[in-house]
Amino acid sequence: MPDVLSIEHLTVSMHGRTILDDVSLTIRPGEFTGLIGSNGVGKTTLLRAILGLQRYESGSIAINGQPRTAQLDALGYVPQKIALDSDVPLRVIDFVTLGLDAERWGLRRRRRAQRDHVMATLESVGAAHLSTSRLSELSGGEQQRVFIAHALVRRPSLLLLDEPLANLDPRNVQEIVALLHRLSRDHQVAILLSAHEMNALLPFMDRVVYLTGGHCASGPTNEVVQTDVLSALYGHHVDVVQVHGRVFVIAEPNEATDNLPEHPTLTVR
Amino acid sequence: MINAWEVGTIVAVVAGVVGFVVVLRRDVFAAHVIPNGAFAGAAGASVVGWSPLVSLTVAAVATALGISGLRRYGQRDATTALVLVLALAIGSAFLSQSTQNASAAYGLLFGEILGASSASVGPLLLLGAVCIVAVLSRWRALLLSAVTPDVARAKGVSQGRLDSGFLIVVALATTLTVPVVGALLVFSLMVGPAAAAQLLVARPGRAMTLATGFSVSIMWLALVAAYATEWPVGFFVASLSTLVYLGARLVTHWRATHRRSTTRATHHQPTGRSS
Amino acid sequence: MHWLFEPGLFTSAPVRTALAVGTVAAVVSAVVGVFTILRGLAFAGHALTDVAATGGSGAVLVGASPLSGFLSGALIGAGAIAVSEGPESHHREIATGVVLSAATGLSALLLYLDATTTATTGVTQRVLFGSLFSTSASTVPLTVVLGTAVLVLTAVIARPLLLTSLSRELARARGIRVTLVSSAFLLIVAMAVGLSALTVGSLLSTALLVGPAAAAVRWTARIGRALLLASAIGVLSTWLGVVIAYDSYNWMPHQRSLPVGFSVVVVIVTVYLLSAMRTSGPRGDHRG
Repeated sequence: MPDVLSIEHLTVSMHGRTILDDVSLTIRPGEFTGLIGSNGVGKTTLLRAILGLQRYESGSIAINGQPRTAQLDALGYVPQKIALDSDVPLRVIDFVTLGLDAERWGLRRRRRAQRDHVMATLESVGAAHLSTSRLSELSGGEQQRVFIAHALVRRPSLLLLDEPLANLDPRNVQEIVALLHRLSRDHQVAILLSAHEMNALLPFMDRVVYLTGGHCASGPTNEVVQTDVLSALYGHHVDVVQVHGRVFVIAEPNEATDNLPEHPTLTVR
Repeated sequence: MINAWEVGTIVAVVAGVVGFVVVLRRDVFAAHVIPNGAFAGAAGASVVGWSPLVSLTVAAVATALGISGLRRYGQRDATTALVLVLALAIGSAFLSQSTQNASAAYGLLFGEILGASSASVGPLLLLGAVCIVAVLSRWRALLLSAVTPDVARAKGVSQGRLDSGFLIVVALATTLTVPVVGALLVFSLMVGPAAAAQLLVARPGRAMTLATGFSVSIMWLALVAAYATEWPVGFFVASLSTLVYLGARLVTHWRATHRRSTTRATHHQPTGRSS
Repeated sequence: MHWLFEPGLFTSAPVRTALAVGTVAAVVSAVVGVFTILRGLAFAGHALTDVAATGGSGAVLVGASPLSGFLSGALIGAGAIAVSEGPESHHREIATGVVLSAATGLSALLLYLDATTTATTGVTQRVLFGSLFSTSASTVPLTVVLGTAVLVLTAVIARPLLLTSLSRELARARGIRVTLVSSAFLLIVAMAVGLSALTVGSLLSTALLVGPAAAAVRWTARIGRALLLASAIGVLSTWLGVVIAYDSYNWMPHQRSLPVGFSVVVVIVTVYLLSAMRTSGPRGDHRG
């Protein structure tokens, strides 16, 4: 099976500054991948490049072995935030249904099978009880689940989420991460989500993509999340410890974000 | 002619100052609606039996309160639009019932500056001063709430009251400008110069001075042109105001392209641009 | 019912024309209006009506039909707004304001020239406040065709438009041509506005665009129902407004009837206020 996502030597510049420099990474089908890096390092830029929202100077991006334009329904996207007016006349179920074919011209009668599929998707994200609520009436966490359902409704190969954990409290973080992990297993969808801190993701991540100073290093979690590896990555001492059977990364308060030192076991794949 | 200059200058200065805050608060639609409300009042003057200036002021203030009141209940844009059409509808009803002729309607909408009487300068000056003082006295609060409403709220600035208060100032500013520039064109004098100034200059104090400079120059040029051609003053005000704004946009565009060609590394995340 | 339906109401040809044209304008405005509200374009919609007025004033000057004047004005205005939208969204409101003021200035000139160079009188009143009762019956087929075209065009872009209105990013990620869809919608608004400017006048066609739609979305969250409800409100308001205006000839002192625009708008605003009171109390806006 081809890689779900294959990025080769990607370079992105904006306003004369190089944001991403010769970035390469691969994601296999069904992998749960965390895109980790501090704020401003280029995580959103990378996601947008994958989605075709950001121009790049050189390199290539392949989805399931093909160019993006041939695989538009293979990608699902959950943006960080959508501002909604209080009177928007759109119910949750209609919004998720829109996810099936929003780009088509004209009107279409909805078939029974489509409706059932949409409800099933809503159930899998735990939002079925909200199906007839207005989009604008939902809480932040509920909205997030609905957007995930919207992105999932076409059963994409890869789900991209931009900082989904940013404004959540620790308990909600755990719930969402567990939900995403379960969805990735149930629907065989690879997940790439960006975050600036990886602790909540450690129990579930198959792969870590670490972005710093325009460069990227990626590898399976158990290879990357080691004291010596991360210390080299961060540029200063980092501890990887186990507490109550869970793995934690403890980094010093000021993380250096510039140079990426060489490390023998890190492979840029 | 002399009175037109005095009146015009006062009107332009007030429009520049008040318009600056209007553009800062991005409340452009409201600034369009309030003068139209004033129009309804002026149209109703002869029907109701009040002096035009009084009914104009009452209508403008009522419109301002109507907007800020309704706003809290629903969509900002839609409710503002409805207040507008209601005001215009009432105005049109008054017009149909009054003994005023068509040129009176025209004058109310597009201005009659060249017919300003000498008696009007004193009260105008006073009203103008009140507006300017009101804006300057709450300058910091207005700035803060326009840029970061949450911080302003945390500091105890009541958004609702600031909103109503400011809209009333716009209403008063309108009162003195409508007889001169007309209900539909007060708006050009408030928005164009201020928008241009804010594009060109970053510091608020300087931007406001620039905005006022623009509006006064526009007014003077418009007066000269109106005298020369006998065409309506409002037409020249609007055209010049548009040109000033377009000029500012061009300058901004030129600056942006010029900056991009000189490479400079900065340490903040640039916002993504779509391909 | 005699007091409401004055003698001669339904046999009067101008009234029947008024009702026909008014109904088409109301339905088209309501449907387009729901999407206008969705996209927060009420100000732009209003600006287009004023630009339509400029077109209308120009039409009188060159002797063209009011409808063609309104339409060309609105379309040019839509083009100007679409083009002047800057990279940041807040430019749009200012740009809309500037387009509006430019058009209004031009209106001032054109109406002045109308009054001084042509023989037509009362142009200001008619262009701005409507001349529904004096619309000729020959306009009816044209308005029906135009109205249908607008509705069909809206149906064609409905799905991409809906997603684009919620999130441009999401739409782009799916390959939707966001600029194309947004510009197409502005053109649709321009056509709807041009059409309704004929009935209640350019100054008040904003009411037909925004009012019924704003009321409808408070009653239902289902967009299909919102479209139907808005159309119903629009049509009923227009009919009631026409009836009131016609009857007012007998009620008002001096035998001067109220303008149609006035009565239609009062009905629309009343319906909106009733709808607004339906939901409980003040609430915050997420988008200004």
